[in-house]
Amino acid sequence: MQYWDPRIEEMPKADLQKMQYKLLKSLVCRLYSFSHFYHDRMKAQKVHPDDIREISDIRKLPFMFKQDLRDNYPNRIFTATQEELVRYHVSSGTTGKPTVVGYTQKDIDMWSTSIARGLTAIGLGRGDVIQVSYGYGLFTGGLGMHYGAERIGATVLPTSVGNTERQVELMQDLEVTAIACTPSYLLHIGEVAEKMGIDIKKDTHLKAGILGAEPWTENMRTRMEKWLGIKAYDIYGTSELSGPMFTECAEQNGFHIWSDIALVEVIDPKTGEPVEPGEKGELTLTMLQKEALPMIRYRIGDISSVDEEVCPCGRTSPRIKRIQGRVDDMLIIRGINVFPSQVEYTLMTIPEVGQHFQIVVERKGALDDMLVRVELTKDAFSDKITDLMQIRQNVEHRLRNALNVAVDVELVEPGSLPRFEGKSKKVIDKRAL
Amino acid sequence: MDTKKYVIKQISIFSENRPGRLASVAHALGEEKINILAFSIAEANGFGVIRALVDHPEKAHKKLSSMGYNVAFTDVIAVQMKDHPGGLYEIAKVLGDAGINIEYSYAYSGKKAAVLILRVDQVEDAIGKILSSGATLLEHTVFH
Repeated sequence: MQYWDPRIEEMPKADLQKMQYKLLKSLVCRLYSFSHFYHDRMKAQKVHPDDIREISDIRKLPFMFKQDLRDNYPNRIFTATQEELVRYHVSSGTTGKPTVVGYTQKDIDMWSTSIARGLTAIGLGRGDVIQVSYGYGLFTGGLGMHYGAERIGATVLPTSVGNTERQVELMQDLEVTAIACTPSYLLHIGEVAEKMGIDIKKDTHLKAGILGAEPWTENMRTRMEKWLGIKAYDIYGTSELSGPMFTECAEQNGFHIWSDIALVEVIDPKTGEPVEPGEKGELTLTMLQKEALPMIRYRIGDISSVDEEVCPCGRTSPRIKRIQGRVDDMLIIRGINVFPSQVEYTLMTIPEVGQHFQIVVERKGALDDMLVRVELTKDAFSDKITDLMQIRQNVEHRLRNALNVAVDVELVEPGSLPRFEGKSKKVIDKRAL
Repeated sequence: MDTKKYVIKQISIFSENRPGRLASVAHALGEEKINILAFSIAEANGFGVIRALVDHPEKAHKKLSSMGYNVAFTDVIAVQMKDHPGGLYEIAKVLGDAGINIEYSYAYSGKKAAVLILRVDQVEDAIGKILSSGATLLEHTVFH
């Protein structure tokens, strides 16, 4: 059994809780003194750092939402100065405003450590060649995995996304042993390899996939493992927490949430009260050591449950079960978060189409296809097909720029899309996960 | 020269490319006792434009608009075709030589002989050139 940080990973539960309490207490004291945002929030909730006397007192603290990050764009919640930051990542926002995450050197170190523990837990280390096929850039996936993989002394092949035939060639030529990407991209790689006459199972050294940034299922795991001859591991994280952070261990039964890094609660999204142990609810995370962008009781929006039992692998940290859904209408298309409100916001700036729309998501082959149906306005109608094609291309182009994901657009007749009173159902997700 | 009498008001209807759309348009026109004299469908990926010459274009426009359709008027001209080989060539050559572009066209069997409906980028010029070539244009009173 391999451990990266055996002292933390095997620490008895009682000691972990003591450590968490100390970290929480110091976090709350620090933020009460140095963060306007948290100071005001705690005042409004009438809670003082002195009220935090044991770990369960975390429930006295206010929640934090994605909306708070948007309202405080770009950096008003940061508790580090720009000079202290070593990196920014930016994720697409829901209404045109993106979310900016800043990192101090310690933040990058903790993030890399978290991934290093996970990669070690699935048997990777020095001597492995890890192909990072997550996007590099503003998205956290590429650089996050890159630093984690370097940390354990593996050799990184930073292929990023795209140029899939070349990825397959390099995987073969450089004897890649593990790949990190979205599950749908791995399916695509597998299909491209087959077309090239390469059997990943027989013709490459690939033995593991670290797959995340979008939801997938046990069925997909079984299928990929059998087809590609690998072990497929899930990884969890969001840019607000740092990026992809928590992997499964070799048991493949839940993400280990390292107790020195994060404290996870499961709450009823309606009442905000904790659910019964083992029940499912909304995941709420407190990042215990984050410096630049602290997160206390952050409502991620993902639905799952937590297993507090010590894992058969010997690790004592709690495990989050597979993500079972969302409390909001967020979609994940090819690993990119897409909110229907982003689509609405973009359409409002295009006079040729109305504000009503319908999103249809399908999985064609391995990749997600997103179709947006929009109504052509009366004034924009032209008898010329080329004019109409132009309008459609323009809408596709604008949506692509706003969402960072390719979109097909279909022009439909005015008034033909369903109208909703109250909660609308603008998304038809046909993907069989 | 009065070219106006040769300008024919065509109605164009935006339609999704799915079963039943043409039937819906045709049914509505039939209910209003509007006669369709010529029509064509142009299709692109996922949508199409139905173009028609009808005996009561204003009434058709009103009816279809009230049903929520996107409807527009477009000026077209109608050439009486000679029923012999090379007939189309003569017309196309006249326009091509004059630098007039045909955006689209369709044909229907007129009462005497075939009629070619043309949508061109320069309507007035096209009317002049076609008439001076000796060909016959139908007046809009033939339709409405």
